[in-house]
Amino acid sequence: MTNTNTPTNAQQQQLEALRYAQLLDWGARLGVVALIVSFAAYVFGVLTPHVPLEQLPTVWNLPVAAYLQQTATPTGWGWLKLAQKGDLSGLIGISILAGCSLPPLLGLIPLYLKRRDYIYATICALIITVLVLAASGVLTGGH
Amino acid sequence: MHLISRITTKPMLKHSGLLLVALLTLAAPAFGADSVVPASSMPWWFWPLALFVTCFLIGIVAVPAGIGGGTLFVPIIGGFFPFHLDFVRGAGLLVALASALAAGPMLLRGGLSSLRLALPLALLASMSSIVGALLGLALPASVIQTALGMIVLGIVTLMLFSKKSEFPNVAQPDSLSSALGIHGIFIDGASGQAINWQVHRTPLGLLIFLAIGVMAGMFGIGAGWANVPALNLLMGAPLKVSAGTSGLVLSLVDSSAAWVYLNRGAVLPMIAVPSVVGMMLGARIGARLLNVLKGSVIRKMVITLLLFAGIRALLKGLGIWV
Repeated sequence: MTNTNTPTNAQQQQLEALRYAQLLDWGARLGVVALIVSFAAYVFGVLTPHVPLEQLPTVWNLPVAAYLQQTATPTGWGWLKLAQKGDLSGLIGISILAGCSLPPLLGLIPLYLKRRDYIYATICALIITVLVLAASGVLTGGH
Repeated sequence: MHLISRITTKPMLKHSGLLLVALLTLAAPAFGADSVVPASSMPWWFWPLALFVTCFLIGIVAVPAGIGGGTLFVPIIGGFFPFHLDFVRGAGLLVALASALAAGPMLLRGGLSSLRLALPLALLASMSSIVGALLGLALPASVIQTALGMIVLGIVTLMLFSKKSEFPNVAQPDSLSSALGIHGIFIDGASGQAINWQVHRTPLGLLIFLAIGVMAGMFGIGAGWANVPALNLLMGAPLKVSAGTSGLVLSLVDSSAAWVYLNRGAVLPMIAVPSVVGMMLGARIGARLLNVLKGSVIRKMVITLLLFAGIRALLKGLGIWV
């Protein structure tokens, strides 16, 4: 006989999926809105770009190292200091999109811990660590 | 009504394909095999606009063809637009990421995406995607272009010959998947039946996803084309669960690799934003046309496009067609 007070495995999985979906949905929406708003400000000249629009066709064909050197564009999180520039402001939305899996993963950990599913809580923590390390630039030499 | 949609959407799709080919032909003078792609004489605004239109069309055909937009994006844009492959791959990852993020919540709510299946695979694949991205940015463009051509031709072969199994028979789950509790139930929309599923060959699946992560990071092409067969044919997950879970794995794998490209300065908003927005809008239309289009026709069209783009990438990388 099933204990009605204890959620079944399927119900628990559904609960985890719903929490993950809700947080992911909001993060992705926020990222797309930021992306579109900053891009509109960039191409319509509301925000002055770091690399002038007319210069772009002469540099977007270069390997990334040559592009960075020629345009004096910073790597890593250095762009944050220039986030008021039209082109680099676009990286705000891109960063939100690249980072929007973090809140749903963080949101899952308490659910897994509550049901003593330590393996999946650890897997979530490890994925978060990988994403944070990738974002920090420590692994990638971005700083 | 249904007939009318059929009559009006078929030519529309045919025109989408023709438009795509016309745009690529127009962009042909931008070809180049060297590290530095020859600069274009067109005004700056032409290319983002062409990119938006191309991605919109790719988005329309990608959904009914059952392939991620990112898979089409890198070989087509890398082969026919004047941007360096470093920036194309950075944008490609974002296109694949945005598509996965857009579909992810809906698939999770519908029970077609399994967190228990996705998370262990995503952990390994996201680690290896960082390695892939670093390798991709370190290797010469011609090497990446050649390897990309071979991968794309491999995808074409996979699309032509791989079988799919709606509900694979998994007699017994392996010990690792049992220990991790990887199983679930989903309601099949077509039959309305609740389908219990479990998986096997999990250790091999984990190894395959390590390799998939490297490729996703290195080429920026997303990896739905590899994820779905691995989940469905190798591990035995039902086809719909495989497709849904693949998107969830992609959203994590592409995030890791995208950070590498972002930190290395290989993401140009002027290339990435029109691509992401165009692809998302196109995919919405593609999804609406899903029920009225003949999937096999679209699939053939996309295979032809991929074949063309794959040969182009290979020849460009080898310096034969520059």
